[in-house]
This record gives sequence, C-alpha cells and structure tokens, in this order.
Amino acid sequence: MTHGSAHAHEAHRTSMGVDSRKMAFWAFIGSECLLFGSLIATYLVYKGRSLVGPYPHEILNIPFTSFSTFDLLMSSLAMVLALAAVQRGDMKQGKLWLLVTALLGLVFLGGQFWEFSHFVHEGLGLTTNLFGSTFYVLTGTHGAHVTVGVIWLLTLWIQALRGKLGPQQALTVEITGLYWHFVDVVWIVIFTVVYLIQ
Amino acid sequence: MSEHGAGAAHPTTGTYLRIAAILVMITLIEVGVFYVPAFQSVLVPLLLVLSAVKFTLVVMFYMHLKSDNRFFAFLFGGPLLLALVVIVSLLLIFYGAVRLRTGM
Repeated sequence: MTHGSAHAHEAHRTSMGVDSRKMAFWAFIGSECLLFGSLIATYLVYKGRSLVGPYPHEILNIPFTSFSTFDLLMSSLAMVLALAAVQRGDMKQGKLWLLVTALLGLVFLGGQFWEFSHFVHEGLGLTTNLFGSTFYVLTGTHGAHVTVGVIWLLTLWIQALRGKLGPQQALTVEITGLYWHFVDVVWIVIFTVVYLIQ
Repeated sequence: MSEHGAGAAHPTTGTYLRIAAILVMITLIEVGVFYVPAFQSVLVPLLLVLSAVKFTLVVMFYMHLKSDNRFFAFLFGGPLLLALVVIVSLLLIFYGAVRLRTGM
C-alpha cells in the first residue's frame, strides 16, 4: 500500500475506529427505513378501503411477482459474490458479478414496467382508487431505488472495465452492496405485505 | 490493503450460497402457504415470520451486520424500530378511529 492511499484511508477513520463513509451510509439506510416505513404504513392504513375496483385480489399476479422476488434475491447473491471477488483482487470475477447484479436489477425493472403497464391496461391508475394510489407510490418508490442501484452498479462496472476499480476500492463496492441489499430487504417486506397478505 | 471499514471478517462464498438457498426455500414456502387453504387461518402471522427471517438473513449475512461494528447495527436498528412503531401506531390510531366512528 502506498503512503498516499494509507493517508487517504486514515482520513476516513472516525474516533470510533469505523470508516466515516460506511457510518454515514448506514445512517442514510436508517433514514430510508423511515421513508419506506411511512409508505408501508400508508398502504396498510388504506388497505381494503377502495370504493371502486380493480381490487388487489383481482389484479395482483403472485407467480409473476414470485419470479421478481427470486430475481432480486439472486441479485443480492451476485452482489456479495462481486464484493468477495473485489476484496480478494479477482477483478475478472468482480466485473462479471457486478454486471450480473446490474442485469438482474434490469430484469426486475422490466418486470415492474410490464406489471404497471398491465395494471393500467386493466384500469388501475394512480388516481383510480386508494389501492392504486398507495400501491403505485410504494412500489414506484422502490422501483426508483432499484433504478438508482442499477445505474450505480453499471458505473462501478464501467470503472472496473477501465481498470479504476480494484481491491483498494473494496469499500466503495461494499457500500454499493449495502444499498443494493437494502433495496432487496424492502422488497422482501413489500412482497409479503402487498402481494401475499391480501 | 483493502478499505474494509471495521476490519471484520466477511462470510465465505459457501455461506453466501447457503443463505441464498435458504432465502429461495423460504420464498417457495411463502408462495406455497399462500395457495394452501389449510393455512388461511394462520396465513398473516406465518407470512410475517417468514418475511422477518428472510429480512434478518439478508441484513446479518449479506449486509454483514452480524460480523461488523455494532454501531452500524445501532444506526440501522434504531430507525428500523422507529419505523415499526410508526406503522403499528398509525394502524392502531386509524382502526381505533374507525371503530369509534362505527361503534363496532
């Protein structure tokens, strides 16, 4: 390790012995818990209170959403494999798993786009009923987070292709992973609360 | 040297794969119990427990909260607990108001 990188590394240390960037990112994730908590609470409060259809049991497609859930879980696996590869300096594997994670995220987004299009075609818009409003705001906010994650992952992948990502930047990959896994755990809750508990 | 934050050891690839297999199995169980009429009476608590297990596994092993600095667990757990309190409180307030209004 060069003197310069050691100096840069120490510059991010806090008096608690943890990296300030990682600490800040965990605090950000904590704030995101409150954002999604309030959206989930709103969905639950208005659950079953729509005066007109389409209603959830008429429109939600469980087999399709189960596939989306499987896809996002596999993307989390790909993300930890990418991090492990970058940490041991295996950039060939690191690049591969970063790309796989981003592609699985794109598959999820494609599925969500298809689902939203199908729902609109079936007559469920943002202002159709309480279910439509709360459903689109909750799942749409999650989808926006997935979109940010995919852009972030592709940016890292391009950096890796240019040789600007190595074991020295493992923390950058780890923080990206924290964001991606958080998006995954939010979906775990949404899948249960919105799709399975109707 | 890597920039790894707290210097904690991360799980092995084998552990990551085992966790993924467990997550997929739990998801299959969730979808399975959704379609089985016999589980309808316990569906909500069962699904919430299974979801909580999946949530915990991802946070502990994939986000490394199990092996990382405990301060991160505080930064995440505190707001998570507050979010849960907000959800439960809003439900109690809303359904309490509905019951008062309807007299049920």
